[in-house]
Amino acid sequence: MGPNLLANYGEAVSAILFCIGFTNLLLQTNLIKKIIGLNVMDSAIYLFLAEKGYIAGRVAPIVVNGVTSTEAYINPIPSGLVLTGIVVSVSVTALMLSLTIRLYTRYHTLDLDEISAQLKKEGK
Amino acid sequence: MNFICNFPFFSILISLFSGTICSVLPAKAAKVVNRVVIAAVGVMSLILLLYLLSTGESFVYWMGHFPAPWGNEIRAGVLEAGMALFFCIIMYLSMAGGAHKLYGEVVESKHNLYYILVNLLLSSLLALVYTNDMFTAYVFVEINTISACGLIMIRQVGRTIEAAVRYMIMSLLGSGLLLFGLCIMYDLTGHLLMSNMKESVSLLMASGEYQIPLIVSVALMCVGLCIKSALFPFHAWLPDAYGYSTASSAAILSSLVSKGYIFLLIKIIYRVIGFDIFNSTRIIDVLFVFGLMGMIFGSISAIRENDIRRMIAFSSVAQIGYIYMGFGMGTQAGMVASIFHILSHAATKSLLFIAAIGLTDVSGGSRKFVDLTGAAYRNKWAGAAFMAGSLSMVGVPLFSGFISKLLFSQAAVQVEGKMLASLIVLGISTVLNAIYFMKTVIRIYTPARESGYSIVTFKDMKSYGIVLICFIVLNVILGVSSQPIVDMIEQGLAMFA
Repeated sequence: MGPNLLANYGEAVSAILFCIGFTNLLLQTNLIKKIIGLNVMDSAIYLFLAEKGYIAGRVAPIVVNGVTSTEAYINPIPSGLVLTGIVVSVSVTALMLSLTIRLYTRYHTLDLDEISAQLKKEGK
Repeated sequence: MNFICNFPFFSILISLFSGTICSVLPAKAAKVVNRVVIAAVGVMSLILLLYLLSTGESFVYWMGHFPAPWGNEIRAGVLEAGMALFFCIIMYLSMAGGAHKLYGEVVESKHNLYYILVNLLLSSLLALVYTNDMFTAYVFVEINTISACGLIMIRQVGRTIEAAVRYMIMSLLGSGLLLFGLCIMYDLTGHLLMSNMKESVSLLMASGEYQIPLIVSVALMCVGLCIKSALFPFHAWLPDAYGYSTASSAAILSSLVSKGYIFLLIKIIYRVIGFDIFNSTRIIDVLFVFGLMGMIFGSISAIRENDIRRMIAFSSVAQIGYIYMGFGMGTQAGMVASIFHILSHAATKSLLFIAAIGLTDVSGGSRKFVDLTGAAYRNKWAGAAFMAGSLSMVGVPLFSGFISKLLFSQAAVQVEGKMLASLIVLGISTVLNAIYFMKTVIRIYTPARESGYSIVTFKDMKSYGIVLICFIVLNVILGVSSQPIVDMIEQGLAMFA
């Protein structure tokens, strides 16, 4: 376990970051902090993917100087997945932020629990 | 390749594009486009289903010009086509049943936005049903989440926005776990297509290497999809989201959106991990226990509820518990029962939501049980439909709910060690179901003392009445002629392997 963990420290870091983001998204009551947690969580997964796609000593798969051997380049698919994932996470972040603005203009607070309490008081 | 093989691709594409077209159309035209698209997709799925039943084997459709390990693929079998057809029927009926209510619930200028969201939801559901690629599945899971969130918050009240935020948070947690599990699986197998992944997974299992990461990845994907489909401890967002959104939204969300995720989980179990490998892990025991807990706690929350829409929403938690209990049994029979229950619950829950708005409309818009007294006399059709749905949920013969309970108990008897627990909880849950649904039925059939409310007859709301009749007929069809449907499910599962 020890040597493996050291060799794959990038993956270990990404797993820890994922847990930090996940806990923030789940437990914070402040909406903005929740959204930050969401982004940390998603970025951790992209770090994991990038780490998996990288092969030491090779370069990004863009053909320069006519080198076409597959041995010279890293695996491009994880990078493609990261790009797709970024698009998805940007759109959900935008949606979450717009919802947060709606709630803030209505209830003048970012605290989700307080909003729930106010809603109960309204009784509708 | 036969022309019919293009139909899965066409159905996804036309529902996706009609969403874009709806954005520039006026509300009325958008409504027509929406209905036509749902009907067209339904017809295509029916033709595809008949074609697949005649040929007896599934097919794989290349998206683009690249063969298996590189390209993206769509795959269609009997189960996929049947699910797509069923989803279209339920969606059409839910939209038609809630249409008259939409004018009171959503600002007129936002109607075409509503139809965009419904079309997007349909396309993402179809993509989840048909896709053979895990990353595509993830992307469409997110599209599904976004459009479902839009359907909740299209009715601009404080409650719905809060419910949408809570829904989004839980959904994002779920999709984060799903994505992480998926990435670990991709890292282990080197593939994203389900069929290639399955080959690598069975090789890995045979070699005995990387067992822990494999199990972790399966567990992450399972938990992610359980959160998204509101399995018991993760259901906190559900009652508000279903209870305060528009009537059509509630019907669609409860009967289709959560089922889309469950169907994806079934695909992952069969087509990525392999049914036997999945059953040899301890994950099914966890699903089993949470399923049982959901069945009881969902019903108890429903009994304590004083609002008819929220009561129906809590009942969904219990029904999702049934489906996961079937997964947890770890047998083919349990899986068939779960898939049948997906159909039966979708048909019944949308009926209940649509019938409930008929009842609340004749009670001055109030959803409290006190005000609903005698509502079934004021709107006879909605009352009858609500009673039919309740009987189906409780599990009275002739209706679909009876068959799914029968299938569950038959499956439970075959499983050693889980038989007693499942049968006892099935019994308790049926009694609890009976308590809250019969309480409601008795309440709406108790004559009211003062009659200040309006009385609605069939002539006043023809389309609504026809939708209710269609729903009841669908329930009875599922309940009476269940054997062909069960055969079809078994055939579809055989095609999965």
